[in-house]
Amino acid sequence: MIYALCIVLFLLGLYGVLVKKNLIKIIISLAMMNNAINLFFILLAYRKNGVVPILSFLQPNANLYETAVDPLPQALVLTSVVIGLGVTALMVALAIRLYYVYGTFDITKMRKLRG
Amino acid sequence: MTGMTIIVKTVAEWIKGFIIFYGVYIVLLGHLSPGGGFAGGVIIACSFIMMELAFGKDQAAKELSKHGSHLLDEYGALAILFLGLLGYFLPKLPFFSNVLMQKFSFIPFHILSAGSIPLINLAIGLKVSTGLYSVYIYLSHYDPRMQEDE
Amino acid sequence: MGLLPLFVAIPLFSALLLGFIEHKKGIMHTLVMLTTSALVILAFATPLQRGFYFVGGHHPFVGITLMLDPLNRLLLIVVQILVFVASWYSIGYMEQYTAKSRYFSFVFLMLAGMNGIVITADFFNLYVYMEIATIASYALVAYGGKAHELEASFKYLVLGSISSLFILLGIALIYSQTAALNMMVVAQRLDVTNPITWLIITVFAAGFGLKSALFPFHSWLPDAHSSAPAPVSAILSGVLIKVVGIYVLLRFFYNIIGVDQAPLTLIAWLGALSSLVGVLLAMGQHDFKRLLACHSVSQVGYIFIGIGLGTPLGLIGALLHIVNHSAFKSLLFLSAGSVEYATGERNFHSMGGLAKVMPWTNAASFIGFTSIGGVPPLNGFWSKLILIIACVSSGQWILGLIIVVVAIMTLTLFPKIQKYVFLGDLPSKFRNVKESPWSMILPMLVLCFFCIVLGALVVVPVLRETYFLPAVQALLSGKWLGVFQNAP
Repeated sequence: MIYALCIVLFLLGLYGVLVKKNLIKIIISLAMMNNAINLFFILLAYRKNGVVPILSFLQPNANLYETAVDPLPQALVLTSVVIGLGVTALMVALAIRLYYVYGTFDITKMRKLRG
Repeated sequence: MTGMTIIVKTVAEWIKGFIIFYGVYIVLLGHLSPGGGFAGGVIIACSFIMMELAFGKDQAAKELSKHGSHLLDEYGALAILFLGLLGYFLPKLPFFSNVLMQKFSFIPFHILSAGSIPLINLAIGLKVSTGLYSVYIYLSHYDPRMQEDE
Repeated sequence: MGLLPLFVAIPLFSALLLGFIEHKKGIMHTLVMLTTSALVILAFATPLQRGFYFVGGHHPFVGITLMLDPLNRLLLIVVQILVFVASWYSIGYMEQYTAKSRYFSFVFLMLAGMNGIVITADFFNLYVYMEIATIASYALVAYGGKAHELEASFKYLVLGSISSLFILLGIALIYSQTAALNMMVVAQRLDVTNPITWLIITVFAAGFGLKSALFPFHSWLPDAHSSAPAPVSAILSGVLIKVVGIYVLLRFFYNIIGVDQAPLTLIAWLGALSSLVGVLLAMGQHDFKRLLACHSVSQVGYIFIGIGLGTPLGLIGALLHIVNHSAFKSLLFLSAGSVEYATGERNFHSMGGLAKVMPWTNAASFIGFTSIGGVPPLNGFWSKLILIIACVSSGQWILGLIIVVVAIMTLTLFPKIQKYVFLGDLPSKFRNVKESPWSMILPMLVLCFFCIVLGALVVVPVLRETYFLPAVQALLSGKWLGVFQNAP
């Protein structure tokens, strides 16, 4: 059931993106959604009393497959964090440019585009 | 405005080396312990950003300019691509294969182990540290009145 | 199969190399043309059968697998040719902007991302490439740096990030169900009766629907595609939405979860609605590029109708329309860009008579308009005809009727623009307008050539059997079962 909490966090972020009027709050909400999914990935890999997933000749462990935590989601989360960093940096850059153009962070005041 | 007070400047000057050293340590031991190129690179970038905050942008530009960090960033990316293609151009090895692991034998859990993974970690560390620093200076020094000349 | 990594490596290498030769224009242009033309040749040199490439030499259960089959190959060829044409055009067009090398870097990053999406057979790899392609496209939409471009880019960025995160959630759910990311293994292990699978299907349909501007999610597309520079609009409308949205959805529905389980009827009806909404939106526009962008929504709707029918004929129509739409819509975007380059004007009510001063652009956009309107010998006619026949033969009369209505609306829409822009009296402020340089006209003529001959893709038996029917067959062969047998 702890997985449901990730979904709740994701939906809270989605709510923030759809409802908030401030650019910075939208960016924070998107980061929140991203982190909810990262948390979900990490929880998938978690195993109670799991061991480090290193297969070694020095300390052979026969039932490693049954006891080790899953290492793959950690690699995936690292990649996803990097991508999130890139997207957030681009969004902040756009928000700064928009702030200099319009003098506000309020998206309801940015209406150069029709429709 | 040239940075913060003398106390901040002195402390930043002292701990700068330690932070960079710690970042390099994390990059170099990425294949043996938690960490690696990205985490270490972020730590190194943090030390650059700290210096920039403490001493102001002119001093920081003297140490590592916008253009210089941009170039280093590209060198890091090219190094990663080169290490990937190394496997491709050698016979009978696929793209991004661990070339050094195939050619030489290593003792596990030593610094010089895991083939080309430490090299990839180094390249990622270079790329991430300079890339993050460029992101920071491009975002914080943006001035709409000054047209970009590049 | 040894060629496959090059489709990602070459554009990445060129994108990085361009940072070092910012100020040497001649070398930069040579590098751009060499890279793109080499990729076109490589795309044609790929083998015809299905094959795999294991990155790093790992077992497919744990490593990243690249895959090539006839469907991939068709899209790979389309992407390379279109990016080649658009970069050729950009050499002349982007003279009005600064920082040309950075522009080409972004285009190549986008190309690397699109090629990666097309050739990968791994879900997380797909997500990474998708982000590379779309982040480059966000930056390209904001490239001009004016207020409306920044605004469009931010809108696109927020909606694009939401869709990416939905897709990432779907990938996480898939991993939780199957403990695999390789598409073939997922197809084997995914239990389609499990309610979680329905959640995955919903999340994926929402995510990729947003990326490809399906009906309830279409609002970002007209802004984003009309604000970008013209060659970028051509790439975005021509291939990016198809590769990022439609191609992945096709694979997911047909090869991974199987046709029986996919919500195809819903997709077909959403496609019909978006084709209607798109053409109605297009009728109300008076900005040349914005009209074309709105019309892209309706053409994507056509493709989704073909996918949603699920019959072989519907799939043939959908794939043919993917190819054709990338030819004529990018041709029209390029000619709109040419008009904008020469006159600095995008509102077509204040133009007129440009046929006298810009004969080549006039000819190119005439071919584009007749092709998009579906006049018989040109390519647009064939795909629409096949889609209508497919609708009727599978008993979906109403869908067929909607296609006919939208086609008629399109046919009435575009001669109007031709009249406003190119015919009539030349306003006095456009007396000194010159035709665009040859480096912009020749790419348009290449696309004109494709608009004329692409109908041959279904008519000429050799082309049909080499390029087209195997692609349809790759989809219709059903779920990928038993491709990789033994577990590690």
